Amino acid sequence: MSRRKAVYASKLKRATHLLFYKRHTKPGAKGWELRKTLGADYSKTLKLLDDHLKALDLQVKMIFEEEKNVEKPTPEQLDRARYFITLRGQITPKEAKMVGWRIDDLAGLAITISYIISKRGKAPRKEVEDMLRDKLPGWKVGINIERYIRHGYLTQDENEQLYLDWRTRAEVDQKALVDLVLAK
Amino acid sequence: MESRKGRQSLGREKLSHIIETCRAVEERSLDPFLIDVKQDIEAVKEYFPNWTIAEDLCLDAATIHHLASVIKLQGEWVKHRSTSLYTDPFLLEEKLRSFSKEETVDTFVKAWHPIIELEQISLHSLAEAMGYWINLVPIDERWKEEPPDKVEAGLASREELLKEQIILDKAFSEELENSWHELQERVQEKGENGRIPYWHFISGKTYDETVQRAFLTSFLVTYGYATLEIYPLEEEIFLRPNDKPELKIGKKQLVSIPISVSAQEWKKQKEEEPH
Repeated sequence: MSRRKAVYASKLKRATHLLFYKRHTKPGAKGWELRKTLGADYSKTLKLLDDHLKALDLQVKMIFEEEKNVEKPTPEQLDRARYFITLRGQITPKEAKMVGWRIDDLAGLAITISYIISKRGKAPRKEVEDMLRDKLPGWKVGINIERYIRHGYLTQDENEQLYLDWRTRAEVDQKALVDLVLAK
Repeated sequence: MESRKGRQSLGREKLSHIIETCRAVEERSLDPFLIDVKQDIEAVKEYFPNWTIAEDLCLDAATIHHLASVIKLQGEWVKHRSTSLYTDPFLLEEKLRSFSKEETVDTFVKAWHPIIELEQISLHSLAEAMGYWINLVPIDERWKEEPPDKVEAGLASREELLKEQIILDKAFSEELENSWHELQERVQEKGENGRIPYWHFISGKTYDETVQRAFLTSFLVTYGYATLEIYPLEEEIFLRPNDKPELKIGKKQLVSIPISVSAQEWKKQKEEEPH
């Protein structure tokens, strides 16, 4: 193996460890952490890792935590971005159970996210609760919303307005979701 | 004259009403097209010749300002509706309400790509945890309350203060100067390119001495007696003594650089040190 190949093989391993293993409260790694460990050309290593993961139906995903999607990110914005490994394709409803969510909790999450998207990214908690109460027992509605907030799917401000948070941006293809709901 | 006053009063009422409606749309995120801007502008134009005092002209200007904000909101509204993410919330709400739980999940999983994360204990952390457990003093002993020692108040001698390191044997500036001269000598003897590895300089016979030397070195750098050169990729740090102290305060923005001087690192450096 050439020296260059060996260097990248070692970087690939380090990137895999950083992105797969949860080390902080949030999974994945920040751009600056990757730069520190893998060097300035870390995006090249991540591209290689992404190619390797394709065969396993996984992918490297990046989201800008504070900002919305940025077309031409600056190095500072890339440093602050968070990188994850996510599923590349789709899972079947049966497989969804393996993720550790009950069907009604997952349905509640789907409804909440779709509703907030339709309201231009922000909806009063009360409206979302009313919507969920249609299908879920009343005592469960509040608990579920808190759970979605805890996992990073939603966030709430002091006026009890719900917004989509980092995990939704990382995991959910929002356009595809709306199109699928409307196509049903 | 009476009729002019009457028109003025009517005009003020009308403009105030327009401002209130505009505010309601701005603050409550209502549909901005609820406001008929054209009709309101006509009203502003109609009453404008009646305004003679500054307050009325200000009211007129405020009305135009609020109408302009509404036009801006209308622009944003149209822009959002033209994006691919726009969906009529009522239509979507109706659709969602008509779905069963199973249908909702079926739809959601097609657009959901969950994050993959692993939580696993490694051999290294297991060994570290075991070491910690073995060295951990039993809780009864840790939480045992010891009565405070009774100490009689009295005068401390200079030797005692020195021993407790409350005062130093030499003046601090003198120590700093000595440390600087030592760094210059060490660089002349063993240094390369006028510098010496940071750890070679601070490393002492004991860990306590090393910490003391690191402490003094931090002041050498702060007061401009030496320069710290850091190479993050190679993980190397060098110290370069200056010929005379160069105070950078006020000339250049100073940065703090934390360097960990752990006992573990000290041992490692001692082992690697050339004999």
